[in-house]
Amino acid sequence: MKHILTLALCLATTPALANRVFVSNEKGNDVTVLDGETLEVIGTYPVGNRPRGITISPDGKELYVCASDDNLVRVFDPETMEELHTLPSGPDPELFVLHPSGNPLYIANEDDNLVTVVDTRTHQVLAEIPVGVEPEGMGISPDGKVVINTSETTNMAHFIDSESFEIFANVLVDSRPRFAQYSADGSKLYVTSEIGGTVSVIDPATQQIVKKISFDIPGVLPEAIQPVGARITSDGAKLFVALGPANRVAVIDGATDEVKDYLLVGQRVWQMAFTPDEKYLFTTNGNSNDVSVIDVAAEKVVKSVPVGQQPWGVVVAPN
Amino acid sequence: MFKGIIGLLAGICLAAPPALAQQAEPQLIRAAVLRVDDPGLPPISRLDIPPEDDGFAGARLAIEDNDTTGRFMGQDFEAEEVTATPETAAAEMDRILGEGVAFVVVLADDATTLALADQAGERAMIFNAAARGDNLRGADCRANTVHVAPSQAMMADALAQFLMWKNWPRWFLIEGSHPQDKALADAFRRSATKFGAKIVEERLYEDTGGARRTDSGHVQVQKQMPVFTQRAAEHDVIVAADEADIFAAYLPYQTWDARPVTGSAGLVPRSWHPAMEAWGGTQFQNRFEKLANRRMREADYQTWLALRMIGEAATRTQSADPAVLKEFMLSDQFDVAGFKGQKLTLRDWDHQLRQPILLTTGNLTASVSPQDQYLHQTSQLDTLGIDRPETECQF
Repeated sequence: MKHILTLALCLATTPALANRVFVSNEKGNDVTVLDGETLEVIGTYPVGNRPRGITISPDGKELYVCASDDNLVRVFDPETMEELHTLPSGPDPELFVLHPSGNPLYIANEDDNLVTVVDTRTHQVLAEIPVGVEPEGMGISPDGKVVINTSETTNMAHFIDSESFEIFANVLVDSRPRFAQYSADGSKLYVTSEIGGTVSVIDPATQQIVKKISFDIPGVLPEAIQPVGARITSDGAKLFVALGPANRVAVIDGATDEVKDYLLVGQRVWQMAFTPDEKYLFTTNGNSNDVSVIDVAAEKVVKSVPVGQQPWGVVVAPN
Repeated sequence: MFKGIIGLLAGICLAAPPALAQQAEPQLIRAAVLRVDDPGLPPISRLDIPPEDDGFAGARLAIEDNDTTGRFMGQDFEAEEVTATPETAAAEMDRILGEGVAFVVVLADDATTLALADQAGERAMIFNAAARGDNLRGADCRANTVHVAPSQAMMADALAQFLMWKNWPRWFLIEGSHPQDKALADAFRRSATKFGAKIVEERLYEDTGGARRTDSGHVQVQKQMPVFTQRAAEHDVIVAADEADIFAAYLPYQTWDARPVTGSAGLVPRSWHPAMEAWGGTQFQNRFEKLANRRMREADYQTWLALRMIGEAATRTQSADPAVLKEFMLSDQFDVAGFKGQKLTLRDWDHQLRQPILLTTGNLTASVSPQDQYLHQTSQLDTLGIDRPETECQF
């Protein structure tokens, strides 16, 4: 009876969930939920201590939040924002990436120089992989075969076999690599370097850096240009890179890897997420406590929405 | 462990990018940390008593960090921890040099640092991780020395920029009677001129060797400090130059006029503060506290940074050759990340590491200089300290 009721509830509300936006507020210890269509705040929900990385299962049924100071990943029902269960994550989970199939979850443990692999169904730790100092960025190839971890103080992108959990290549990049993002066809890997101020374009087949993208914004000090989050459209045409305290998002031509434009957003912009139709891109602005909404086609910021204290990560529910 | 080795081997076999070629035997990169403890007076506050492992704990974290990266590079790092007194420092330095260690991090006062640098000469590269004297970066600069610790001039400029931003240009300067107090007061005078502040009143606080620590503030100090600061010219702030730690800590809340205290007490410029959370600082503090079971002090931060510079040079050059590492560190190719929101680089005219300075109150970082409004044609960080045109350093 209970099951039927749950099912009915899900069926009834799925359309509304489709474009919901979840923003983790690092200092607020909560998640702000926005309606991806109306851009209105639906509610704010407690999620544990120091929430940072946030992602959602491909079927939209489980929302994962790195509760960094609780040393675990909390799993929520995105519909009700009730906590379903927790996953062991290893100490200080910061950022993670979900296998395209929805299992397992690869978690960067910032304080312990580890990547922890957790089975999202059995809730068991499958492996702990020693990586460089301060692991942060996590990416996965579209075919799910290669996991990328970036280590902020070691300054490397570690290539990890997603099944054997062995590191098979290390690529030295510029200072403080924060984020790793594959293009949808798997032909390019972008790694952002916060202090180096660059984005390394890596050929995943040879693990060689083929290009470094640098940034130059009139009137903005070079030291303030700190690339963090990166997202690329599924057709590979547009790469967006969040530039931290430069308060800009760079728009980059995905074919030439040349910067086309800089969009002014909120203060200290870090992470970003597309809506499933890629109409909008949401950015978290940690110092102005808001998210900026970018119209992807027009390459314009259309709105900013106040959220909680120090917004860190963002994910949008799938269709 | 076995798994780790396989992972490492797999890394060699599959990827073998030339940039990360590994060697059978790890390259060993050796350093020493020489701390010269001055048996002077204890600090005014018992909260400031240095721990036994002051500086060394920072070295341990740096070696851990370097070794973790070294696993992927085929490099292994070591730092011998040596304590000395001003009398035994030279002998210890001789021993270190005799062991062929080419990088020595020195935690000592200005004069001892200079003497040790001269003693090392060509044989070692010295990383000054404590001494702030401007002369060490000026007339007494040495080609074998890099200054990881910020200079007095940088500290004074960091404070001056903030005070000017606050629109508090009228300073009441109180300096102590020790030579190092005068050096700091001179740095404040220079900053006042540089940024357009006006020193409206100057007083000298004579160290008469009184019972400093027996009076925790409520007995004599409460009566002495108001009298000492009475009838000063109209001022916005007090700037205290008390490097010897004799009186400044007693100034806040005890002054005649209700004015904030800055400099050696109150709002204090520092290279590091354990409450710093910006720019990845939280995780850095966490890692340190887990290792050392205490909070990170400036000596720890500066020692960590010195050894990280060596590690960063070894990673980027893939070399363990001290000459190669030194050349790279002094080149314009070099930068290091130090949890201060931007890359840190060396000034080629005096080997001073450019770095933002934290302006701290008791429990917090109140601001970070350089302030946004102070611009510079080369690096905004060069608005702090002695810039190229004014340097007296000649290598």
